[in-house]
Amino acid sequence: MEGDLAHIGAGLAAIGSGAAAIGVGNVAGNFLAGALRNPSAAASQTATLFIGIAFAEALGIFAFLVALLLMFAV
Amino acid sequence: MATEAVGEETGKLFDFKPMDQFILEPLFGDGAVSLFTISNATLWLVLTVVAVAALMVLGTSRRAIVPSRIQSVAELAYGFIYKMVEDVTGKDGIAYFPYIFTLFMFIVFANFLALIPMSFSTTSQFAVTILLAMGVFLTVTILGFVKNGAAFLGLFWVKSAPLPLRPVLAIIEVISYFVRPVSHSIRLAGNIMAGHAVIKVFAGFAALAVISPLSVLAVTAIYGLEVLVAFIQAYVFTILTCVYLRDALHPSH
Repeated sequence: MEGDLAHIGAGLAAIGSGAAAIGVGNVAGNFLAGALRNPSAAASQTATLFIGIAFAEALGIFAFLVALLLMFAV
Repeated sequence: MATEAVGEETGKLFDFKPMDQFILEPLFGDGAVSLFTISNATLWLVLTVVAVAALMVLGTSRRAIVPSRIQSVAELAYGFIYKMVEDVTGKDGIAYFPYIFTLFMFIVFANFLALIPMSFSTTSQFAVTILLAMGVFLTVTILGFVKNGAAFLGLFWVKSAPLPLRPVLAIIEVISYFVRPVSHSIRLAGNIMAGHAVIKVFAGFAALAVISPLSVLAVTAIYGLEVLVAFIQAYVFTILTCVYLRDALHPSH
């Protein structure tokens, strides 16, 4: 095995992707739960769904960014 | 980014170079890539623009009552984005529809062209997406000040919150405002880059004969997912542009 502390840090930053997965799953799951209760209102809320997913995902993307910086810039 | 190869070790069971596909290379001759070098990224950016122009010009040239296939696609894309701008930004956002439509068509075509094997994924380059996101950020900020004057700063002063909380919220709002172009650009590039790297990694598993059928299946499945992601990321980029535009046009929450 080879690598240094930066690679370990990059691997740890990848945990953030899992956290983002929880967030995105939460948004989508709650949307589905609401949509099944009131399907007629669901179509008008898909834009909100994607905005919510995008915001939840943004923080996971920052974890990815940190991993990239550790891999290539440090 | 993308100037270093990962997985340099040879003689291993799996010799992955999943990030090599993002390396910029000059198209003619070899040497360093400078500011004006015609690289593989330039080629695929030009192809993207040509593809978008071809679809919209060919699609709207006949203007038949019964649309041809290409006209249907052009109309569908136009109607889809028009409705999105109208729904999210409101009636006065329609004036900025051409900009948003251009953004969407460019990104969606760049993403789809990147899925052609051996092509170059331009939207995986941070330089491309940061340019797009900074364009949106500057447009929206300048537009906000031109349309609303100093009232645009009301975006950071949350009227609905209790007075003692407002300065704290203002700091958070200012930070989140300036983080926008970062997350806006990194989201697109990160998703496309990660997706393509995953395809390459699974393709690398085919080197081992025992698991190669599994590898082919996995690559097929992930490719299908990537087609979805290519569209969704273009959609998300566009809809966030609409949201930022709405904030600029109506800054009072």
